Parts: sequence; C-alpha cells; structure tokens
Amino acid sequence: MSTTPALELVNVGKTFGSVIALRDISVTVDQGSVTCILGDNGAGKSTLIKILSGVHKPSSGEYLLEGESVNFDSPRDAMARGIATVFQDLATIPLMSVWRNFFLGNEITTGWGPIKFLDVKRMRDIAKAELLNMGIDLRDTNQPIGTLSGGERQAVAIARAVYFGAKVLILDEPTSALGVRQSGVVLKYVLAAKERGVSVVFITHNPHHAALVGDRFYLLNRGKLASEYQRESLVLEDLTKAMAGGAELEALKHEIGR
Amino acid sequence: MSSTATPQNDERVASTGLVLKVLRRPEFGAFLGAIAIFVLFTAVDTTGNFGKIDGAVGWTDIAAPIGIVAIAVSLLMIAGEFDLSSGVMVGTTGLIIGMLVTELNFGIWPAIGTAMLFAALVGFINGYVVVKTKLPSFIVTLATFFILKGANMAFTMVVTGSVRVTGTDKAEGYDSAAMLFASHVGPGGVSIAPIAAPTDFQITVVWWLLITAIATWVLTRTRFGNWTFAAGGDANAARNAGVPVDRTKIALFMYTSLSAALVGVMFVLRLRGMQAGQGVGQEFYYIIAAAVGGTLLTGGAGSAIGATIGATIMGMAYIGIPYALWNSDWTSTFLGIILFSAVMINTYIGRRARGGRK
Repeated sequence: MSTTPALELVNVGKTFGSVIALRDISVTVDQGSVTCILGDNGAGKSTLIKILSGVHKPSSGEYLLEGESVNFDSPRDAMARGIATVFQDLATIPLMSVWRNFFLGNEITTGWGPIKFLDVKRMRDIAKAELLNMGIDLRDTNQPIGTLSGGERQAVAIARAVYFGAKVLILDEPTSALGVRQSGVVLKYVLAAKERGVSVVFITHNPHHAALVGDRFYLLNRGKLASEYQRESLVLEDLTKAMAGGAELEALKHEIGR
Repeated sequence: MSSTATPQNDERVASTGLVLKVLRRPEFGAFLGAIAIFVLFTAVDTTGNFGKIDGAVGWTDIAAPIGIVAIAVSLLMIAGEFDLSSGVMVGTTGLIIGMLVTELNFGIWPAIGTAMLFAALVGFINGYVVVKTKLPSFIVTLATFFILKGANMAFTMVVTGSVRVTGTDKAEGYDSAAMLFASHVGPGGVSIAPIAAPTDFQITVVWWLLITAIATWVLTRTRFGNWTFAAGGDANAARNAGVPVDRTKIALFMYTSLSAALVGVMFVLRLRGMQAGQGVGQEFYYIIAAAVGGTLLTGGAGSAIGATIGATIMGMAYIGIPYALWNSDWTSTFLGIILFSAVMINTYIGRRARGGRK
C-alpha cells in the first residue's frame, strides 16, 4: 500500500457570505484507515462533510485525492472518483426491496439491443452474497428495506458503497439515531470496510464510538481544528473532555456545585 | 466482487408461499373488490346479460379508455407526482385533430402526429416546471388543466362557432386510422361500421390490455421502473444513489400526457367529432382507478395492473347500475364508497403483509 494519503485537505476554509464556517482545516486520511472527525453541534462537521463529498467547494485551501488536487462540481463527480458518502437518513428507500436498494442507480441489465431488462436473479444473488461477505446475514433480500433495523439499513448502504468500488467512504453520523446494540452493528461494518482496503471518514459526535474504530482523530470546534490524536496515544477521557470543551466542563461542574 | 458466499435457498425463509406473495401484491385488495363487485352486479342484474359476453363488452368499453390513462397516472403517482391535466388533455388532442382536418384540410395521420407532439410538449412543460420550481405538481397541473380547459372552449367557439367539431371521418386516411384506434373486434373480424355487433369488443380494449402488460414489465423489470419507484419513495436518497430523478419524472409526465392524447385520438375517430368539454373531470376517474388499484398517493408503491383493475371496477359499476335498474344518478356516490373502502382495505392488507408483522 502506498504512503500517499487517500485524501487530504490542506488549509481548507469555507465562508458563506460573511459567515466563516471553516478555517484552516488540514486533514489527512491514510489509505485503509479509519479517520474520525468529531465535534459538537455547530462545530462545522456538516460543512466539512459537504466539502469532502463534493456538495460544496472549499473557499480556500486545497483538496487532494491520492496526492492530486481535485475540484468537484457535484457529489456525482466525487462518486465517479471513488468517494462515496452515506448520509444519515438519506441512504435507502424504505418501500423498495433490499436488492433493489443495493443496485439502485447501478442496475444490472440484460437483453437484446435497445430492449434491456433487469437481471433480477443475478442482482438478488450478488446482493445476498455481498451482504454476507460484510457479515450481514439477511433472510430474504426481497423484503422491503424499511423492515430492517436502522443499523442494518446503514450496513446495507455501506456494503453497497464498498461493492461499487468506493475507495473512500464518508459516513455522516451513522450511529447518531441508533441504540447501543445497533451502533455496535454499524461499527462492525466500518471495520469490515476498512479490512477490505477502504479508507473511511467517520463523522460523529460520539467519542466512544470513534475510539472503538478510529486510527486518527480530529476534533473540530467552532470551525477550527482543536486537536488531533493518533490511536496509539489516545486516551478516551481526553477526547471526551476535549469535545465537551475541557475547561468549560470544569467551570460547569463548579457552577452546578456537586 | 468476491465469491466466498454462495447463498442458496435460505432455510430461514419459511417458504414465503404463493399465498403470502399474492397477499403482498399492492393490487390484491382491488382484485378481491373486482370479484365482489362482479358477483354483486351479476346477482342484482335484471337483464340477465351482465355476467355474459354482452355485459363484458359493455363494461370493458367504459373501462378501457379510463384504464389506458389510469395506468400512466398510476406510474406518475408511484414517482410521487400528480397530473390533473390528464382529463382535459383527452379533449384538447381530440379538438386539435378535429380542427386540423376540418379547417386546415390535414390528413388524419398528420393531424394525429401534430396532436401527439403537442401532448408531449405539454407533458414536458408540466414535468419541467414541477422539477425546476419544486412546486407541488398538484398546483402546476391544476393550472395546466384550467389553461387548457379555457383554451378548448375559446378556440372551438372562435374556429367553429359552436362547442363542437364534427366531420373528422371525411378526412384523408380516416379508415386506416379508425381501424387501428376506433374499430371493434369480434367473430366477424375487425370493423369500423358505426353499429357494432353486441359481442364485438372495442379495439380500445386490446390497447388497454397491451399497455397493461408493457407498463407492468417496464415498472418491475427495467431500470426506468426501478427509478420510478425510487423517485417516489425518497427522491433525495434516489439522487444520492445516482438516479436521474428529474429526468424520470419529466418522462412520466410526458407519458401521462401522451396516454391522454391516445384516448383523445380514439374518441375523435370513434365519435367522428369532439365536444369542447370532453375529458374534463376524467382526471379524477384516473386517480380513483390508480388509488383503488393500490397505488400509494404519497408515491413509492403501486402497480399498473392495479390501475387496470381499478378501471375494471369503474366500468362494471357504470354498466351494472343501469342493468340493475338502480337510479344511475348515484353512480358517483357508489364510486366514492368503492374508493374509500378500497383504500382502507389496501392499507390494512399492506400493513399486515408487507412488514410480516401481524
């Protein structure tokens, strides 16, 4: 595996009119690693994810993909270069079956000349096998995906991105709406994706989830990078404290007086 | 792609038997309803003909033109949009053809072509405005509906001095066009004679069944069908997956408009003329047929066969009520009750069967 980072932001800033959403953000995502970006509400996580996934262009700084400067016009552009984003609630279509969701937008067709029809059997088999490879064991890929739990749905979306050749997988708060057990399910698939050589950017406000899977951690606060940790040197308590605003928490403790 | 797993029949799939599969079909409720209504009208029939071929000739004649457009409306509703201009479009295309052949001496075929192009254009505008402005299609097509309704009346009055166009059968090519769009088929062959034998089915019925089959195939077995469900199920998720949602919706608006135009062609040839008010109000019949057939008003679920069954129910009501010597003033009330019960039953069955939750 080469040492060029899969993805790199160099001094990236983003302004919306007079509002400075992000400034001087430098982030490195190593190949085949899990990079966690943490921050409280309003820290700039959403803006950062939109820059990474191609929704917004940075106002300043550089976006490097495998060492090459890129400038995406749309999420589809980013997707074509192997950057897939799994959005929190916008990943799957509840009433459609699992296999239809899996292949949505990338349907396999067969046919003669201009008459093309879906190769249903093949798509069902591939979906089932691919999900199984990621450790997702579904009874029936024909069931509507809305009947799966939130964690399983996220997992299907991750498996789909991996199958369709994502090199970088951006996960937008995949565990925020989930219970403890379901979050565990998703975290397992994050690691499964990593094992298959995918570089994962994991955006979350939960330091406990991040600490379980991350290799490198960036902490965003008020649009700036507050701190950076490596897995080896990480102490969960530091991360939690830093996220909660360290000193502020101490002050709060005093104020509440317990 | 890897090949470590070869899933065969999973032992945990408690043989999702044919019964449950059928139960899960969105049009199942409508199918039961159609049988019930057939039995009802056969029972109360005073002519002794409802259950026979003569009765079927009657109700399919009513159902076919409704069904042809209702299938398109159903697909559009699955994609999450409405088209209230579909009814008036029947009249508009008929009037365009009528005026082109009577006033400008067009042959019938060029006139049909022109009307179809116009319908495609209106469908495109409907779709384009809806996806670009993000206004509800209910409002956009309501506007189109009223614009066309007024134009139909005003143009017809200015051009012909009356509220109807007549004499399309004198146009060049009328016979060949009528053979295709307005003939009747029976043991005696295909004919365009004004009086049909009592056992002759209208050619519109053939079109209707053909369109049902093609639309079903497109919806369930092509990418376009997949995108239709996705566009109505969750447009944002579909876009994120790379589905061209806007293009899909515009294509469906055009298809709906063209379906209405096809019915307009059928009417103007069969009636040999067109009333300025033709088709107005029909848009609700299409929506009723689609909804009775299990198509979700919020999009994301439904079928073409459902719309066909819905149209069948309406055809049976229209023929069955007079056959039973009931007061046919109540027909709409009857259809309203059918609509309400069908949607209730569909929702109930859907809830039970879809999630497998009891």
